[in-house]
This record gives sequence, structure tokens and C-alpha cells, in this order.
Amino acid sequence: MALQYYLILSALLFTIGVIGVLVRRNAIIIFMCIELMLNAANLAFVAISRNLGTAEGQLFVFFVMAVAAAEVAIGLAIIVSVFKHRETINVDEVNSLKG
Amino acid sequence: MTADQILFFIFGGISLIGAIAVISFRHPIYSALSLIVTFFSQAGLFVLLGAHFVAAVQVIVYAGAIMVLFLFVIMLLNLGTLSAKGVMTGKLKGIAIVLGILFAAQGIYIAANVFKDTEVGSPEAIERAAALADNPIETYDIGVLLFRDYLLPFEVTSLILLAALIGVIVLVKRENRVEN
Repeated sequence: MALQYYLILSALLFTIGVIGVLVRRNAIIIFMCIELMLNAANLAFVAISRNLGTAEGQLFVFFVMAVAAAEVAIGLAIIVSVFKHRETINVDEVNSLKG
Repeated sequence: MTADQILFFIFGGISLIGAIAVISFRHPIYSALSLIVTFFSQAGLFVLLGAHFVAAVQVIVYAGAIMVLFLFVIMLLNLGTLSAKGVMTGKLKGIAIVLGILFAAQGIYIAANVFKDTEVGSPEAIERAAALADNPIETYDIGVLLFRDYLLPFEVTSLILLAALIGVIVLVKRENRVEN
């Protein structure tokens, strides 16, 4: 299977993640869409790594996964504490930082 | 069509359908379950690419740990009842989808063309990839690379995880103090 097919699939998955972040107002679903985008990047990493014949691309997938795990833990903690204060996680209603 | 191509279209199709389901379902739990489907089919794609260890880690870390965290928070906050107005509506949604389609068109154009004349997309690289099918990158190679050439980034990653750990504890602790 040619590299281009994997990269096109990766681009499509990334786009779906972007549309999700733009369209959905639920903070948890926005986080899931960020995970989708990170995964699309992982797919591109692994596909290019195979075509270059090196393991570096696969290595960076692990770094991306570590960052994703840290991001999810922090993000969900923020969501929980916002929910405790505001009783909502709709990002349109949580706007007290807006100038 | 070879078996590889058929499997690529099956796994790719499932992951695209799962991704669309993530952003279409109103209830966050359905979204989370669709995301697990996407992660599993991406693990299948990693196996097709010869990255077996990455596929295993994808299932264990993403489909296991991270998604359990998501489901835990969704159920903890009991979000099903709040999600009725969780979708942007009207003109804004239309603009978002048009922009998304433009973005996808750009991405597809770049993915299809930009690597053609470079080393990655050259015929030699495609031959190399075919040769790798018989001699895939093994966990051993990744381990050697990770603990020898990329030792410093690896240690920095542990710092990121430590920072996340402390950050989560601080977030939760401050919450308690305010309540008291």
C-alpha cells in the first residue's frame, strides 16, 4: 500500500478532529477530538517511518502518546474542577476569562 | 487487490466511520465508545505498517488507559443529561463544516503530492518498504534507539509525566481548600 493512501487517511482523520473541535461545545468531546488529531499524526509518523526504513517514526509515536496521556490527565482534572464550580462543561458558558 | 490493500480499506473505513461517529453522537458515552473503535482499527493499520509494538501500545494505552479515564469522567459527572445543547448550530456550524472540507482538501492535496519528489516517496523508498515487509522493525530496534540515541528525550518525557502528575494533584487539592 503506497504511502500516499496512509497520509490521505491521516489527513482525513485530522480534519474530522478539527471539525469536531469547531462544531462540538462539550469540553470532553473536544478532548476526544484532540486525541483523534494526535492519532492521525501518529499514523503519518508510522507510515513515513516505514517508507524511510527507520524506527525513529515509531519512537516519536511513543513520545506523542506520553504527551497525550499527560494532556488527558490534566485536561480531565480541569474539566472536573470547572464542573464543580459551574455545573457545566459547555465551553460557550465557561467564559469568565473572556476580556 | 492484495490482502494488504483490502485490509487497509477495511481498517481505514472503520476508523473514518468511528471518527465521524465521535463528532456526531449527542451522548458523550457513545462518542467515547466510537473513539475506542477508531483506536482499535488504527492499531490494525499499525500492524499493516509492520509496527507491531506500536499497535500493542496503542491498544493498551489509548484504548485501555486513556479511554477508561474518559469514560470514568463522563460517568462521574453524569454528563448525559447536560449534552442536549452540546452542538454548535446554524450558520456557525455551516461555516465550520465548509472550513473543515477546505482543510481536508488541502490535506489530501499535500499528502498526495508533496512526498512524490522527495526521498520518502521515491521508488527506492517504496522498494525499501517492500523489503521491510520481510524484515520488519522489531521491538528490539525501538528499544536500542530509545535507550541509546534518544535517552535524553526519554528522560524529558518522564519529566512531562511528573509535571502532569503534580499538576493534577494541585488542581484537585486547591478545589478542596476552596470548599472548606
